[in-house]
Amino acid sequence: MKQTSRITSTYSADTMGVCSALFELGGMTIMHDASGCNSTYTTHDEPRWYDMDSMVYISALTEMEAIMGDDEKLLGDIEDAAREYHPGFVAIAGTPIPTMTGFDFEAAAEVLEQRLGIPCFGFPTTGMNTYIHGASMALAGLVDRFIDDPSKDWIEAKLKEVETSDEEVPFKVNLIGLTPLDFSVNGQAESVAAWLKERGFEVGARLAMGSSLEEIGRASECEVNLVVSAAGYEAGLMMYKKFAIPSVIGLPIGPKQSELLEDALRKAAGEYRRFRTSGTIYERTGMTSVKIHPNDLDPVHKDEIVAIIGEGITSFSLANCVRFETGHKTKVLCATECPDNVLREWDVMTPDEDDIILELAGASYIIADPLYEPICPPDAEFIALPSEAFSGRLYRDDIPNLIADPETILRRLS
Amino acid sequence: MLKRINERDDRNTEINKKEIPHIRIGDAEFPAPFKSGLEYASPARGTWNIVHTGMLIPEAHEIFVCASCCLRGVVLTAAEMGAMDRFSTVEIREHNLLDGDMEDLVIEGVSDIINKLPKRPPAVLVYTSCVHHFTGVDLDMIYERLRERFPDIDFTDCYMNPIMRKSGLTPDQLMRSRLYTMLHEREINPRAVSIIGNDLPTDEESELMQMLLANDFTVREITSCRTYEEYQEMAESAYYISYYPDAAPGGDMLAERLGGKHIKLKFSFDYEEIDESFAELAGALGINPRKPDEISDARRLCEDELAETKELAGDMPIAIDYTYCTRPLGLAKLLLTHGFNVRRVYLDAVSAGDKEAFDFLKRKYPDLDLAPTVHAGMRFAQAPGHEKLLALGQKAAYFENTNHFVNVVEGGGMMGYEAVYKTARLMREAINNEKNMKELVGIKGLGCESGCCSGI
Repeated sequence: MKQTSRITSTYSADTMGVCSALFELGGMTIMHDASGCNSTYTTHDEPRWYDMDSMVYISALTEMEAIMGDDEKLLGDIEDAAREYHPGFVAIAGTPIPTMTGFDFEAAAEVLEQRLGIPCFGFPTTGMNTYIHGASMALAGLVDRFIDDPSKDWIEAKLKEVETSDEEVPFKVNLIGLTPLDFSVNGQAESVAAWLKERGFEVGARLAMGSSLEEIGRASECEVNLVVSAAGYEAGLMMYKKFAIPSVIGLPIGPKQSELLEDALRKAAGEYRRFRTSGTIYERTGMTSVKIHPNDLDPVHKDEIVAIIGEGITSFSLANCVRFETGHKTKVLCATECPDNVLREWDVMTPDEDDIILELAGASYIIADPLYEPICPPDAEFIALPSEAFSGRLYRDDIPNLIADPETILRRLS
Repeated sequence: MLKRINERDDRNTEINKKEIPHIRIGDAEFPAPFKSGLEYASPARGTWNIVHTGMLIPEAHEIFVCASCCLRGVVLTAAEMGAMDRFSTVEIREHNLLDGDMEDLVIEGVSDIINKLPKRPPAVLVYTSCVHHFTGVDLDMIYERLRERFPDIDFTDCYMNPIMRKSGLTPDQLMRSRLYTMLHEREINPRAVSIIGNDLPTDEESELMQMLLANDFTVREITSCRTYEEYQEMAESAYYISYYPDAAPGGDMLAERLGGKHIKLKFSFDYEEIDESFAELAGALGINPRKPDEISDARRLCEDELAETKELAGDMPIAIDYTYCTRPLGLAKLLLTHGFNVRRVYLDAVSAGDKEAFDFLKRKYPDLDLAPTVHAGMRFAQAPGHEKLLALGQKAAYFENTNHFVNVVEGGGMMGYEAVYKTARLMREAINNEKNMKELVGIKGLGCESGCCSGI
């Protein structure tokens, strides 16, 4: 494998994924790197940078500090800044050089936590994975450190409400996996929440766009999580391990996909509520993704193949929508990390440009970021679906709201 | 102003009570007025990076071999330039660090890309990174192999290794020297001059260009080359002129390798220094120095323009930053000594070229404020924007939150007295007309879009 891209872009990296996931929570995130990652992140990966006051910094590592193992320089600098600017927590994210020098992220976080008395994280990102990997670590870290069991008073009140209410008490849903890298700042995150409310759900914590750290701390009051990107998968698993709260994976794109997603949420939340109220449960899957199998509800009646390149969960949700609403065959080409069993059997992982070129052969339609267009077969119709994670700010104004307006894409498919 | 995250008034009120990190120049030390620490990146992005600069070589192809976190910024720089057809990447993954196959990855990756290009480029710039430096990769062997495989292509070694910014030549100095390593030796033309190391073309109306053209020199700059052959013609130069400080190592390299003479001029706002610089140039070129009346006329023009600008500006506060030009303190000195109300200069370090101005200002204007641009506290330093203030440079414009600013980076091609009177004119234009600061400062590589790095 030559790991080359002749003409296409690169996905945002894990280091930036950490920063993006933690951006709104009042912490201080430090990329342990020489230079460059900070301007890259703030220019191309972070649409909130100009208008929101999050503390994201770079350690400005030098050659001598790396060679001499002068970790105290980093710790001292973080300590100074934290005492001055009072973050709610500190997170250090790694890059290639700390990876090579064997920087101990966990130990550094522990030392800082002792010195500062606030939660500190060390995320051993390497700068050599996509943003999904880093955002996943960060969101799981939030669940691990900041979310506790609901208070006894809250549990008792909730149980009483469920048992005595004449009407069905709405299920409360967390949204996990929200970052602008997948959802931009064009209202998509809000549209997912609005969809939940329309369907009679109560929206809980949003990890991590639109909720404070305090609101995230109360995520265990929910009965189900909706995992909206692969970045939320690990956090969803941790919610299950820690609180037995199940997760459903997918996005409400288009009528049928949304209907299936709603059913899955109700089923999972209902099981959890029964578990909470009766102490027994007959089926608890933990993670449920709304996948459509070839023989289940098979809506395909057209021969043309629609290839979708992008992040796994958005892509398979959109693929389901296309299958249901237009009857086309679909294939997801996932170029970012995606947990096993999330994608459908015929979808493929395509980390390199060469893999993608091979898989695009035979596609009639290609839905992808515009920076993929140069490698698409000329006889396929290209439908632009810009992604912050791939093309940064370049096509930000053209990013559609797939939740509110899937027709943007569907109307292009005959 | 920044929006307070989650309306956390407790934290932000406390921060806002603090003054931004700053120091009176009277109390500042040369060359580092501020303590180093965690660094912040402001949204002002107009300065050029190594992608923009490399693209100045017409028809050349850039290949970056880095981890994805490093590739991300450069690939999107190329995309925003509309130059993806001249840009490719080889991605280093975690297993490459363990497998010890870094040399193979570069050789095979670069070869793979070249073989896939629709047209063979005459030159390929291969950018390696910090990872290669730290793993002791044999770069000599890599380039030897590549030259064996592709004898029709000129290769040069470029670097994206910011970790070396405090060790030897800076990445900026290295990049400005690598631009000229692919020039092939040819017969020297005694009337040919190349101005080297600039990202932006030298203004036609500058005294430097006027002097050279008036004495029948053929003047070349990489910014005006449209083909690779035109680029190669720079090698016939008898003189290589640099006035951007970071270009000097490249000029020395050229003189040593190709046999021309390197003339280092000083970009300055000081009349005496400007005259000295041009007298030195005349001596080196063997041409007549400028006559006293020419110098008087140039100075009079500057004084008239400055006076007109001062009349318009009145006591309007002025802020300058280091991205405007290489001598921000020299500019502050010029303006202060002409009665302008220069309140603050944004810089993180004082350059050797600005030392004289630093010492002067320390003595004569000790209350002049110096502020950093990367200090962690600058995250919260943007002014409310209620005051009408003139900024020279994008970072000053951002921090002062003003739409009255001169949108110039890296000196903007100005040189000599022209830098003085043109700056004065640009100041008037900025006082009279507001710009969309938020939109303009976010554009990477100011001036690149004008076509000077578009290749062919």
